[in-house]
Amino acid sequence: MSAPFIILAAVTLVGACAAMLLRGLVHCALALAVAFAGIGALYLNLGAQFLGLAQLLVYVGAIAVLIVFVVLLTRGGDSDSPPLSPAPRQFTGILVAGAIFAILAWAIFHSFAIHTPGMPAPQATIRQLGAALMESYALPLEVIGLMLTAALIGAVIVAMKEKQGTQ
Amino acid sequence: MQPSDQVFVLLKHWLVGRSPAVMQPGVSILLTIVPILLIFPVLFAVTTVLERKGLGRIQNRYGPNRVGPYGILQPLADGLKSLTKEDIVPSSADRTVHFLAPLVLLAVAFLPYAVLPMGRNMVAVNLDSGVLFFFAIGAISELSVFMAGWSSRNKYSLLGAMRAVAQMISYEVPLLLSSIAVIMAAGSLSTVEIVEKQSGFSGIFPHWYVLTPWGFAGFILFMIAATAETNRSPFDLPEGESEIIAGYYIEYSGFKFALFFLGEYLGMFAISGLGITLFLGGWSAPLPFLTWVPSWIWFFGKLLGLIIGFIWVRGTLPRLRMDQLMNFAWKFMLPMALVVVVSAGAWRFLPQGVTRWLVSMVFIAAAYVLLARGVETRNKIAKRTYRFAE
Repeated sequence: MSAPFIILAAVTLVGACAAMLLRGLVHCALALAVAFAGIGALYLNLGAQFLGLAQLLVYVGAIAVLIVFVVLLTRGGDSDSPPLSPAPRQFTGILVAGAIFAILAWAIFHSFAIHTPGMPAPQATIRQLGAALMESYALPLEVIGLMLTAALIGAVIVAMKEKQGTQ
Repeated sequence: MQPSDQVFVLLKHWLVGRSPAVMQPGVSILLTIVPILLIFPVLFAVTTVLERKGLGRIQNRYGPNRVGPYGILQPLADGLKSLTKEDIVPSSADRTVHFLAPLVLLAVAFLPYAVLPMGRNMVAVNLDSGVLFFFAIGAISELSVFMAGWSSRNKYSLLGAMRAVAQMISYEVPLLLSSIAVIMAAGSLSTVEIVEKQSGFSGIFPHWYVLTPWGFAGFILFMIAATAETNRSPFDLPEGESEIIAGYYIEYSGFKFALFFLGEYLGMFAISGLGITLFLGGWSAPLPFLTWVPSWIWFFGKLLGLIIGFIWVRGTLPRLRMDQLMNFAWKFMLPMALVVVVSAGAWRFLPQGVTRWLVSMVFIAAAYVLLARGVETRNKIAKRTYRFAE
């Protein structure tokens, strides 16, 4: 474990914990953005440039802003501390988190990458990623594009209907 | 390549070579970062004088002329003033977020310079995906603007922040799309490679992308979106001093306000730098017999040119209304940027010659005319008639 990894991991974990523990909802959203940025920086640190920058662009630039807007537009970001969920729910939460952690740990410790030492890290340049998307994965890309367009048009229609109703 | 072209690179290598071997990586990093941290704030100081002088001239007055000869020491006085002013934080403000917002904004404003090639071999990091890095960092600045507006607990602040975020998200789309045209033509996301693709001349004309039909349209779109992205007039609604006083930095005083000011100008320089890199050939000379001039002079010359353009636009155009701003972004800029992308694709795959010029030009011109007609008839825009001010 190198020093940059430890620093970035600490930033990510502190951000994630703050997102859970802080009381103000906007504070939580901002802490979540810190955690997202930390994960993006971790990707960059591991050499996955495209993934890291896409993480920053999408999660910090779009999703965090979206969350913040939603918080502001629905219940006012400065509302007093929402009560934490009661104890039984906390117990299920811990159970689910533990189960997910166990599955991920099992998968990582049984992955072939760990058991074949000296395997060179795969180098994926942006050019290769683009070529793969445009050649071997062209159909999935088109399908996703179509679905996103449909979702976009659907969102516009939902917004329009509401406007006509109020007028 | 003459030594004058590489003077800073050679100086850095010499200094690194003189330092003890253990410290060499550290010294090298320091010598890359510190010049960026010094030069652009100085450029900011120069620009404030230039802007106030220029706006003064446009408005038929002198501008600052009391501090130093011709008022050129004005930024020094401004800096001292903002340092000695009281730093007022509203009692109901969220102190932590209020304190962090200008810092985040400034940090984010400095980061994009890492990928801007300011001369031959003068780039801090040659990232494989430099342009993507630029936009990823730019996306964080929206969050810092929101932090400033929300933490002040002021309605005007919050309104300004909402306006700013809505505007930045809307104009990021045409900004990215017009850059995609260049990325398609260059076949690379690396800023260094994009500049190299534009070096060279045919006849006396350089191979800059702005000198192609789609590149010209893309450059105009890019600069309009850049103006909106940096909240500069005529897109300065988030500040809107006549409506919402000063927008998201209304509750900032003293040096924090100066930091916001600095961050805003640094953002403007950075995005102009990206515009130069993408469309204006980066550090390459405009004419073949001018290649003896050092590359960094060309970069900073072009940067100053664009800054003067920004000042000129600020002095001449009135501010848009919010609905006009959004309509312009989504109904004109976005379809136009898409047409530019298609036209750049046609340019890439058609054989060199007159045909691709014609095809590209027809694409752009037809889209421009049709979109302008459509917007005009849809919004019933007519020549404005003045009832009382004839």
